[in-house]
Parts: sequence; structure tokens; C-alpha cells
Amino acid sequence: MNDNWEVVIGLEIHTQLATNSKIFSGASTAYGAEANTQACLIDLGYPGVLPVLNGEVVRMAVKFGLAVNATVATRSVFARKNYFYPDLPKGYQISQYELPIVENGELTIRDEDGKEKRIGITRAHLEEDAGKSVHEGFGQETGIDLNRAGTPLLEIVSEPDLRSAKQAITYMRKIHSIVRYLGISDGNMQEGSFRCDANVSVRPRGQEKLGTRAELKNLNSFRFIEKAINFEIERQIEILEDGGKVVLETRLYDSDKDETRAMRSKEEANDYRYFPDPDLLPVELDEEFIESVRKSLPELPDAKLSRFVEQYKLKPADAEILTVSRALADYFEEVAENTDAAVQVAANWVIGDLAAALNNESIDIGDSRIEAAALAGLLNRIADNTISGKIAKEIFNAMWSGEGGADDIIEAKGLKQITDSSAIEEIVDAVIEANPGQVAEYRGGKEKLLGFFVGKVMQDSGGKANPGQVNEILKKKLSDG
Amino acid sequence: MGQGTDALYTRTLTDLARGLKDGEFSSRELTESLLQRIDDHQQRLNAFITVTADDALQRADAADKARANGNESLLNGLPIVHKDLFCTKGVLTTCGSRILANFISPYDATVVERISAAGAVMLGKTNMDEFAMGSSTETSYYGPVTNPWNIKLSPGGSSGGSAAAVAARIVPAATGTDTGGSIRQPAALTGTVGLKPTYGRVSRFGMVAFASSLDQAGVITRSVEDAALLLSVIAGYDKRDSTSVDHPVPDYVAGLSKSVKGLKIGIVRQHFDEGLAADCEERVKAALTALKEEGATLIEIDLPNIDLSVPAYYVVAPAECSSNLSRFDGVRFGHRADNPEDLFDLYCRTRSEGFGAEVQRRIMTGTYVLSAGYYDAYYLKAQKVRQLISQDFKKAFENVDVIAGPTAPTTAFAIGEKTDDPIQMYLNDIYTIGANLAGLPGISVPCGFADGLPVGLQLVAPHFAEETILACAHQYQQLTDWHAQGPEEFS
Repeated sequence: MNDNWEVVIGLEIHTQLATNSKIFSGASTAYGAEANTQACLIDLGYPGVLPVLNGEVVRMAVKFGLAVNATVATRSVFARKNYFYPDLPKGYQISQYELPIVENGELTIRDEDGKEKRIGITRAHLEEDAGKSVHEGFGQETGIDLNRAGTPLLEIVSEPDLRSAKQAITYMRKIHSIVRYLGISDGNMQEGSFRCDANVSVRPRGQEKLGTRAELKNLNSFRFIEKAINFEIERQIEILEDGGKVVLETRLYDSDKDETRAMRSKEEANDYRYFPDPDLLPVELDEEFIESVRKSLPELPDAKLSRFVEQYKLKPADAEILTVSRALADYFEEVAENTDAAVQVAANWVIGDLAAALNNESIDIGDSRIEAAALAGLLNRIADNTISGKIAKEIFNAMWSGEGGADDIIEAKGLKQITDSSAIEEIVDAVIEANPGQVAEYRGGKEKLLGFFVGKVMQDSGGKANPGQVNEILKKKLSDG
Repeated sequence: MGQGTDALYTRTLTDLARGLKDGEFSSRELTESLLQRIDDHQQRLNAFITVTADDALQRADAADKARANGNESLLNGLPIVHKDLFCTKGVLTTCGSRILANFISPYDATVVERISAAGAVMLGKTNMDEFAMGSSTETSYYGPVTNPWNIKLSPGGSSGGSAAAVAARIVPAATGTDTGGSIRQPAALTGTVGLKPTYGRVSRFGMVAFASSLDQAGVITRSVEDAALLLSVIAGYDKRDSTSVDHPVPDYVAGLSKSVKGLKIGIVRQHFDEGLAADCEERVKAALTALKEEGATLIEIDLPNIDLSVPAYYVVAPAECSSNLSRFDGVRFGHRADNPEDLFDLYCRTRSEGFGAEVQRRIMTGTYVLSAGYYDAYYLKAQKVRQLISQDFKKAFENVDVIAGPTAPTTAFAIGEKTDDPIQMYLNDIYTIGANLAGLPGISVPCGFADGLPVGLQLVAPHFAEETILACAHQYQQLTDWHAQGPEEFS
């Protein structure tokens, strides 16, 4: 970027909590239902109705707090954030303001140089989502869909500790991984279950005081976030270098044009008139409850990564890939524990061929067409020399297409490796006989021709000859002459 | 019709229950007779916004059938009317406001549900100050309610329709709500019994909210016994209201027989300062003397911060109201301005047309006190004052069982007299607001007349000590017959 400027980024991540019902009502949170069919009188803000807190969201927020080493408040308070908007039924959003449920957490990421960097998490608070305005299909009017109104959100606010778009993405991916590990969010970005606002500013390198920031709204894919932040950084530097001033404002990222646009300036922004919601009691948690939640925490990505490196002697880079999601890590472990093949071989297959196949069809590990035990079975046949690694790829593809297990396919296609020395010798003899010129050259000192002979023998064996034995026998026979 | 049904309206709920049980008359006869009474006096009193005659008769028949089958629930076939801020399923629920003038509630409030489940027959919905904001029932979109003792006067408010209907012997009992005195003050001004339970004693679910931390449902009746009977039905925890309290519900009627002997009654010095009309003071003091003669001890106490209750209230209540009333935006229900140009126009005109002047004043006050830069100076400070007042009460109750004094500073005032001076109107609740700020139960009972107009005695008890004030008030009613006297014009 630009060496004269330092970039400062803070993220506000909105995570939809994976509860069955809404944060203050019993209506379903399922995605994609027909408009306004999942909004009860409470979600609609009818006269006289009252919110009742869904206890599950509290447990989820506590889980998150403990996972990022934060302070879980023994007393937190819901407040009303007042503003008028048609998709906000009550004219206020119930959120947490002065006393959030989670404060002072932290996360360690690796920066561009691979160095560890601590990112502070200021707070995480519970709140309800608003509904949705629908502009298509209503002519001059606007439709309102309140299905999403009252969906529970955990807003995770970072300190302005991030110094580049890359770091922001790394941090966000890590939060994404943690909430999914904890099972508190499905993290589905297309459905809006995981989205973020980014506060971006730049300042002359070495200056203490923060520059004026712009808030980028509603970024809902990792790729767009990175692009939006980078665009914004350049825009601000350009303004400042031209002697201008950055305006404190909210900006929207337009992915079609790859640019950010001013939405509203903070001066004309709402005064939200926060005050404690008198309809809800403060959330009071005792240490016993917090401890019980702590005991229920799963192994988290960082701990799992360390364990994979230690227990399986994996390369840290591989371990990192394998621990991005809990499901992938579990899959890998199941393969590793059920195969006689080396653990690194198992890792290579999961990261390589399997990941490619999944990517190819854009499916999750949970929907893999090859189950972990089946993949382990395939690797066992490599380990016991029934097949070569090359043939294994062919069998993998057949398994992916649903042709059965590794053993069935080996049997059906006759892919068993030839390890019988006399059978290999026969092929080798035939190859030597058929290529006298090359044989002469080899014997004359051109030893790199060995590869040519190996290729021929493998070809003639239909790929089934054991490559190690082929090498050995060839060398012997060629030098015999 | 059975014998004597023409005077059924003079009888209390407890009396009527006995009559129904003894087969003296049927629920249908009772219902028809009271519906007729509503009809006869609606024009003069304007106590009702909606009368649900057809539904009532059907319910009455069902109640008669149930009784015939030996299926007798506590309030079976007895009449009730609800203040029009309780949501009633399938029935207009206006809150006295134009903005809800077309609002048919799709559900029943918990209070309505419980009373209905006990077998009561709802006859209609009573008039009230718009969104319960007022002390005279003059801010109603449906016009002012008059005081049965003199129809040129106000019955007080905001539950003025309920109080007037009970005072005029139209119905024996009505529900009300009390945010700053809205049950007790109209009860005092109409010579009825008004009970405001402890905050959290009765569910707020289905009560259109004015100030959530102060609102409490209660009842207006002619006898304390009826109030106790109804409280037994409506009290109790409701999982739909997080601020309702899971506290055992005693048999309030059974508790009434407790004598006042040895009862320590606190008399608040500040309540007898200037501002209290001399004739009211005299009546209240006579009532206290009567209790003393029955064996109660009168102890003068101090509530050092009570003078701050009105100003604190008029910060907290408008703040909450400004937020609670945001949902009336013309988008989903209620009044909506015609042909809005855009969203801003829709909001502005809907709310300007839909809300009356007093409601608008409070929304603006509330918005102001919550605004950035003013929050600490007003809202936060008012909450601190509220804490101080609560502590004052707490301390006082270390030495006394109940606190007694006037309910209102004067008897009923003329309609129109205070409408141009909101502060004078607000001061009418000077003795009642403290109990709301501290969440305490309070009751007003008739304690005599000044110039032919009723005067109320207020009793306030610690949290969940409704039994104490009910028993004390009931014992007082055994000594006096003020509550049995009705306005001649409606006899």
C-alpha cells in the first residue's frame, strides 16, 4: 500500500445465533419462509405485548465470551435503541448498551509476516435483528417482511487493532471459525447469519491520534470485505494526500462497481436515546452457571491446531487448514485413526483430493460423498501396497461417483497392484527387447533414460506394477547386459 | 325477571355472587339489567367507549348453563368492565386515542383472560385519558367522562370511565391501571375503592404500555371485599411478563377479617403540608382517628424526598412513554395518514393526527430527557431520585405497617378547570406517585364528603403486603358507610 500511512481497522461482526426461536418471542427463526409468516404479535410490536428473553441466547453468548478469554458479566442489561424505520416494528431495537454480556476478550491472529498479533475484543452484546424492507414488486410502495425481526444476534466489536484488510479478514475468519466450533451460529454469509461493519481510518505513520473513520456497512462475504476495505483505504489516502479531510460517515460497498458510497453522515445520524428496557430484568449470571458453560466448551481451533501438530506431527500449515472447521478436523481425525497409512498421507488426501472434490461441487465436508471410514479404507490399500498412489486417485474418483468402496472398485476393475517379481520381470524383459537402441545408450552411460524404461513398463502393466519393484528390476536387468 | 332485579345495580360483586348462587336471579337477568343501565347513563357520563352487549349476553347464558351444571367458577356470571387499554380479543381497544380508534385486538390481556376464565361477563370497555396520560379523563379522543356526583366535574383519571361507572352504580367493578395514581385518584374523586397492587403482582401483558416501570393493573369497586375478590383472580406470575413476580397469591378475601388492633399506621408529615384542601384534611384526619379508636397506633413519619416525586415522575414516565409509543407509526395497525408523500410524511401526519396534545407533550418531554447531552441531567438524575424515594419508604416501613394519608389534594374539580395548566393537573397526583415510583401497593377508600363531594383515604403498604391495606381498608368500611352512599342523581 503506502508506507507513509498507517491503516486502522475495527470490525463489528453480527453473528446470528443458531436458536430455534427468536430472542424475545417463540416465533421460529428458520430462514427463507414466506414473508411475515414467522412473525408473531411480539415480533410485530403489537400494543401491549412484552418481550421474554430466550435463555439459550444467554448460554450462547457466554460460550463465546469464554472462548475468546473475555469477562462474562454477572450482570448485563438490555437497553432500547430508539429510531424510526418501517422494518423496526417497535420503533426501538432491544440491544445492550452500557452493560453488555461480554467484555474485554482477545484473539491471536498471524499477520502478513507470520507473526502473532493480539486483537482485542472490546465487547460482544446480544440484540434483536430488524425486519427487511422489500423494494421490488410493490410499485411506488415498499413491502415489509418481518420474519427476521427478533432474530437473535451477537454483535462482536473489536478494538481498532487491525492494520490491513488482510488482517481484518484473518480476524474475521477466525471469529467465523470459533462461532461455528461453538455451535452458536451456522455462519452462513449468504443468508446474512454472519456479516460485518468495518470502521476504517488512516493516519500518518507514527501519529498517535486516530484519523477520521468511515463506517462500511453490511459486508457479507470475505472477498467483498477485503475489497471494500482496500478501496476505502485508497480513497482516504487520496483525499488526505490532496490536502482534504475524511468525513465521518457511513458508507455502503457496491460490489458491482467495487467502490464505497456515502450513505449518511454521522452528523445527521440518529440520536438513539438509549435507556434500560423496563420490560426486561437485568441478566444476572452466577459463577456456577458460567463454570458449567465453560465445562461444555468444545476444543477450540487454536488448541486443536496445537494438538494436531503435536499428536500427529503435522506441518503447522496443514494443521491450520484442517482445523478451520470442526467438521473438517473431525473428519480428518476419523480418517487418521482408521488407517494404517501415515498420518501425513491422510492429511494430504483430506487437504488435497478431498478438498478439491468438495470445492468442485461447493459442498461442505458434512455432505462429502466419501465418508471418513471409506477414505481410510482406500488409504489402507496404498499402505499395504495393494495399489499405487496413482491408481488410488482413480479409485478415489470412482468412490466419489458412488461406485462403492475401495476394495469393491479394486476388485471390479482389476486394479490390484502387480507385486509378483516374475510377472514384472516378464514385462521388463519385453521392454528391454523392444528398445535395443535405448538400452545401448543407457548402457553407454545415459542413465537418465531409466525414467523412459519405467514409464514403458508402467504403461504396459496398465499402471498396476509396483513402481518400486519396477525400478529395482529394471536397474538390475539393464546393468546385467 | 326474578324478584328485585330492578335494583341489582346497587349491589356489590360479592352480593351479586350470593344472589346468583341462591338462584335469586340469573346472569342473563343481571346482564340485561346492567346493559340497560349503561345505556341509560352513557350520554350523561360518557363512561364507555365500547359496549359489548351481544357477547355479554352470550357469556351470561353460558354462565347460567355452567351454574346449572354445578360448574361454578369464582366470578361465574358476574359483570365486569375493562379500562380500554386492556387488549380484548376481537373487541375494539382504543386506549382513548384516535391512533387506535380502529384497533381490534387479536388477543386478550392476561388480566382480561384471567377474569374471563373465572367466568365473569364483560359488558364493555371504559373511557380513559388518552394512553392513560392525564388525571381527569379529559384527554380522551372520545370526550371527557363526567363525575356522577356532579356532572360538571371531572371524575379524575386516567381510569375515569371505570371510576364513574362504578360510582354511578352502573357496574359493581371495573379494571383500571395506575401509573401515577390513575386508579386511586379517580377512586377518591368518585367515592369508590381503588386498588393498585405491588408492581409485578399483576401481569402487564396485554396492557397497552404507557410507562412500563410504573404501570400496574388494578381494580375499582365499591367495597374492599370486592377488590380483594378480584385481586385473587388477577394476581400471580405470568411467564409472558418478565417483570411479573413469582410470589405466592394469598386468599385476599380470607385476610380481610384481620383487625387493625396494634396496626402501626404511619402518617407522612409532608402529606399534610400546604396544598391539601382543609376540608379534605379534616375528613382524612377523622378517618385516621377512627382507626386509632379501633386500636391502631398513629405514628408521624418523614418521607424526606417525597416532594421530588412529581418532578422525578414527569421525567421517567414521559421517557418511557416516548419509546413505548414509537410503535404507533401507521405501518402495521391503527390510524394511518391518507396518501403520505413519503415515509417522513407518513410518520409525521399519522402521529400528529393520531395523538392528542397531552400525549404529544409527553412524547416530546420524554424524547428530550433521553437525548444525548440531557440524559444524565434528567433521566439518570430522576432514576436516582426514584431510588431515594424507594429507600425513604423502605426506611419508613421499618417502623410502620402501613402509611395513610389523603389520596388527592382536593375533591373533584371542574371539567376544563386545569386543562390549560398541565402543572396543576400533574400536582393532583402528588400523594399517589410515590407508591408508583417505589412499586408499592396502595388503595384509596372513601372517607367522607366535603361539600357533597367524596374524599379518599389512601393506604400504602410494603411490597406484596396487599393483605395489610385490604384488611385495614375493609375494617374501616365496617366502621363507616361512606362507600355505601351513592350519587343521588344515579340512585
